Amino acid sequence: MKVLVAVKRVVDYNVKVRAKADGSDVDLNNVKMAINPFCEIAVEEAVRLKEAGIATEVIAVSVGDKSCQEQIRTSLALGADRGIQVETGGSVEPLVVAKLLKGVIDKEQPQLVILGKQSIDGDNNQTGQMLGALANMGQGTFASEVVVEDGHVNVTREIDGGLQTVRLTLPAIVTTDLRLNEPRYASLPNIMKAKKKQLDVYTPDDLGVAVTSHLTQVKVEPPAERKAGIKVADVDELVDKLKNEAKVIS
Amino acid sequence: MSTLVIAEHDNSTLKVSTLNTVAAAQAMGADIDILVAGANCGAVATAAAAVLGVGKVLVADNAAYEHQLAENISLLVAEVGAGYDNILAPATPNCKNFLPRVAALLDVAQISDITSVESADTFQRPIYAGNVIATVQSADAKKVITVRTTAYDAAPGEGGSATIESLDAVHDAGLSSFVREEVAVSDRPELTSASVVISGGRGMQNGENFKLLDGIADKLGAAIGASRAAVDAGFVPNDMQVGQTGKIVAPDLYIAVGISGAIQHLAGMKDSKVIVAINKDEDAPIFQVADYGLVADLFEALPELEAKL
Repeated sequence: MKVLVAVKRVVDYNVKVRAKADGSDVDLNNVKMAINPFCEIAVEEAVRLKEAGIATEVIAVSVGDKSCQEQIRTSLALGADRGIQVETGGSVEPLVVAKLLKGVIDKEQPQLVILGKQSIDGDNNQTGQMLGALANMGQGTFASEVVVEDGHVNVTREIDGGLQTVRLTLPAIVTTDLRLNEPRYASLPNIMKAKKKQLDVYTPDDLGVAVTSHLTQVKVEPPAERKAGIKVADVDELVDKLKNEAKVIS
Repeated sequence: MSTLVIAEHDNSTLKVSTLNTVAAAQAMGADIDILVAGANCGAVATAAAAVLGVGKVLVADNAAYEHQLAENISLLVAEVGAGYDNILAPATPNCKNFLPRVAALLDVAQISDITSVESADTFQRPIYAGNVIATVQSADAKKVITVRTTAYDAAPGEGGSATIESLDAVHDAGLSSFVREEVAVSDRPELTSASVVISGGRGMQNGENFKLLDGIADKLGAAIGASRAAVDAGFVPNDMQVGQTGKIVAPDLYIAVGISGAIQHLAGMKDSKVIVAINKDEDAPIFQVADYGLVADLFEALPELEAKL
């Protein structure tokens, strides 16, 4: 069984991003970039499926300009077998990413496609579900457990108040939540090996997809600041302030 | 202009997040209908018809929709939504699951988690864990939108008299089936709609110590949350997570206990009206957003607080 994993290059999760002074966009100059944390979990899950003898090949795909090859190489170092970059010259909307991934599915015919549930830059939480609709596949989003059986996959999902398990016909889409697994660290020998693994580059044309834009970012700005608060000396003062100043308890 | 609001419910009660979404729909200034998709969900339809400002409640009552399977619901919403200018749903785990499928079926973008309606085609939404607010303009004729429920006060759930219409169309994509659900039963309010939330972080040290929050939560009628660090460490389940990738809350009172205040956590709670932080590290970033900060060992402060409330 072939498994396709989508990975995205994003700002490292420790970076506090700011709007540019002119409000035109966020300031990403000299900012550390990394693989999106949920995508890393997706790669780990695919590699574990291979180690368990269920997956035969793991393909890591990323959509973006040439710099995203770095994140594909990271995925290869973690255990993916080969990589695909879809060259878009920059950031594109989730619907377009989903269409491009659908194009890759048509070429590669994977039985399982694993994506992160959301990327920590756009916070959209859309691509996996959109891909499900475009490819007419079932989806197990926000997954905390993935069990592949003959012709099916059972996905346990994080929902309000607990967990839900759904059974999907293969091929299917899975999007990862944070408790699915704990990604490994790439070893130095594997990082070296990853440099020699196959990485193909496709254009949207190769996949028969027109890159369209549905949304325009008019401006970006910092959120409203909270007024600085005070430190209270002890629990008595805290209770007093909550009762008599903030009036949020009685 | 017309807007279809997708109801969030559990087949027996209409969730308040639906009312927050109706309020956002009203901000867009369009005629509002509500779609209730479920099984044996008549009570939900009745409740939806009572929401003030709603014209029509469309009910798709069929076993195919009982568990809100995205593959089935999305086909229904795309079909019904074809006749509307806007499709709005609350940004709940359930609606986030199926609405992007609807957008893809209709070949339009989805605008996730809007916090403000600037005009009929322009909206604000937080990105990068809420460190930046983006204003986005849509070029699509049909807008598919999820609403950050904490950004809108609930529309009145009474006083309306919408007509109720049954939909016969049944969509079963045949791609998925429901196996089981394990939902914790709790007497506490839901995290996302509670007026008081008390959350624990890594400083709680283990899951057992979260019991220290119980007594305070009981006295305040609070929901209990957690930081991602506490979830990652396995102290508590993920549905308690408040933050960028968990739940977004904005209660009247938020008490952060043993939480350092990583940006991912702040993204989920910084719109709370009053924030209290209890942490023994006086340099913890949580104090920068707290209205009242108490530098103390939580194992001493919590029992004392419980006693004095």
